[in-house]
Amino acid sequence: MGTVAAHGLRKSFDKVQALDGVTLDVPDGSFFVVLGPSGAGKTTTLRAIAGLEKLDAGSVHLDGRDATGDTPAARDLAMVFQNYALYPRRTAYENIASPLRARRCSSSEIAAAVERMSSLLHIERLLQRRPAQLSGGEMQRVALARALVRSPRAFLMDEPLTNLDLKLRVEMRTELTRIHRSLGATFVYVTNDQVEALSMADQVAVLQEGKVQQVGTPTEVYERPANRWVAGFVGSPPISLLACHAEGDRLVGAQGWTLPRPRWTTAEDGRALLLGLRAEDLSVEQRGDASLPGELYGLEPLGDRTVVDVRVGTEILKVKARPTVTGTQGERLQVTVDLDRAHLFDAGTGRSLSQAGR
Amino acid sequence: MAVSVDEAVSPGPVRDHPAPTRRRSGRGRSVLELALLVVLAAVMLFPALWMLETSIKENRDVYAIPAKFFDFTVTLDHFRDVFVAPDGGRSALSVSFLNSVVVAGVSTLLATVLGVPAAWAYSRFSVKAKKDQLFFILSTRFMPPVVVVIPIFLMYRQVGLIDSKLGLILIYAAFNVPFTIWMMKGFVDEVPAEYEDAAMLDGYTRLQAFRKFTLPLLVPGIAATAVFALIFSWNEFVFAIFLTSSDEVRTAPPAIAGLIGGTTVDWGLVAAASVVFALPVLVFAYLVRKHLVAGVTLGAVRR
Repeated sequence: MGTVAAHGLRKSFDKVQALDGVTLDVPDGSFFVVLGPSGAGKTTTLRAIAGLEKLDAGSVHLDGRDATGDTPAARDLAMVFQNYALYPRRTAYENIASPLRARRCSSSEIAAAVERMSSLLHIERLLQRRPAQLSGGEMQRVALARALVRSPRAFLMDEPLTNLDLKLRVEMRTELTRIHRSLGATFVYVTNDQVEALSMADQVAVLQEGKVQQVGTPTEVYERPANRWVAGFVGSPPISLLACHAEGDRLVGAQGWTLPRPRWTTAEDGRALLLGLRAEDLSVEQRGDASLPGELYGLEPLGDRTVVDVRVGTEILKVKARPTVTGTQGERLQVTVDLDRAHLFDAGTGRSLSQAGR
Repeated sequence: MAVSVDEAVSPGPVRDHPAPTRRRSGRGRSVLELALLVVLAAVMLFPALWMLETSIKENRDVYAIPAKFFDFTVTLDHFRDVFVAPDGGRSALSVSFLNSVVVAGVSTLLATVLGVPAAWAYSRFSVKAKKDQLFFILSTRFMPPVVVVIPIFLMYRQVGLIDSKLGLILIYAAFNVPFTIWMMKGFVDEVPAEYEDAAMLDGYTRLQAFRKFTLPLLVPGIAATAVFALIFSWNEFVFAIFLTSSDEVRTAPPAIAGLIGGTTVDWGLVAAASVVFALPVLVFAYLVRKHLVAGVTLGAVRR
């Protein structure tokens, strides 16, 4: 068992409202990712669940039991900190053994558990070293081992991969997924990296300005963003948002373009809208009936693909293209739009108007 | 840290390609600098040297006119007189030194035991009006002792703490606690709070987390802070002379001052007592010389 539920968490630091009614339900055994830009309140949420932050309001339930007033020790959770927080005066072995020592396990139990963890994470050679003698990746593994060495209700991870270089981060992503599968434990994982969220999560909660914007599977969050902020934060290159409004059977852009009105939208005429277009749903190479006129603004070759920046009026569209695409700046071109995959948002509230028809 | 000043400003390349004129002017300036420094050092060190000399001169040479700088007879009689009374028993001065050790030691211990946890709390917890509280704590050090000594004298007389070692211990601890809090807060701020967070998630209580994981990292800071408190209590004169009167309680500073003022002054004894009095301070100041500047200015007020 290991369910984590947070209800209406509120917390302010001086005048900053860090958490503004955060509610999360983490099912047993799931890999639950809290995704959001820095300053969104992700870490505060995690620390509130861990019992390290005193809440202004709200409750934390662990395994269905109210744990709001419990000490961190009583909550029976394990946490990996962003800066690892390894005890500097102690060897890797002692760091990993610390949770077991705190719980007064026998030294033979401890030795067996540390050995099991160090072979799982391939750190047998490092056990006698101190944190200062470890590289970032090694410290990360030791910190992970310290969390995994016992079987708590749930594991809390605060951007554990952020301080690693790219290659190691990709490696550890796979490894964490593997560990999660083999343990079958509940993971609450905080990150600002959408790739981590989309690739590892069973469930993603998108957090912004202390509020949960959307909870769903990675596919749901990507394919059906609940509002313009979720759409803007999830996806790389970021989604392009164009101001427009509906007029009969057409969408009329603020920059003067027109597109056929998508069948699925119910927005009334004249309401201020934002048309959200992902780079992969746009093309500068194919021809289609729905297209926007623009001019080439820039090319971003990324190896496997090239992102073409197209200027439509004063707005920039990011278009995914084959790596062989060429062009000169200022060149006129037509951007074909796959309207079935486009998103419409209310320009005022930011809420998605696409859900109903799909 | 690993690079010393000498390495950092290595003169190597300059020596290889000297610019003759600049070199000459550079050397001229350094000679002037050296001369000024020697003069300054002589002025600063003369009283200390004279004290040292007087403490080992025979009385005849001490009072000699003109003063003898070099050819005097060396004797350790004055040092013996500091500790041993003329009748062979323990001298009053030696009792006052012992009092100083007890008063300075216990008051420092008290200030450390009270100040370190307070500094930790101010560093780690969100305390209401924290800045105002810290300012208030610091403000108790604004007033010179002379200003508060009369009210304290009256209060002490009421409660019977006049002319007692406990009274001095309490007043020195009260003066050292604010200093300890401010200086230790700087050191605690330097230790990441995550160690304690991690320890609490490991299953320790907050106090265990502090004791087992943060406290060991604070030991150098505590040592430096305690030495400063110790030096303050050891050197303190105003409270000591106002609040104590009997030889059994009096600490060394007023006791040494009391040697001066009779019809004749035994300068040899005064000098020897002063040397004995200064030695512990010199030793401790040497131990914390790195913190003397960095500890007081940076460590205490950073952030």
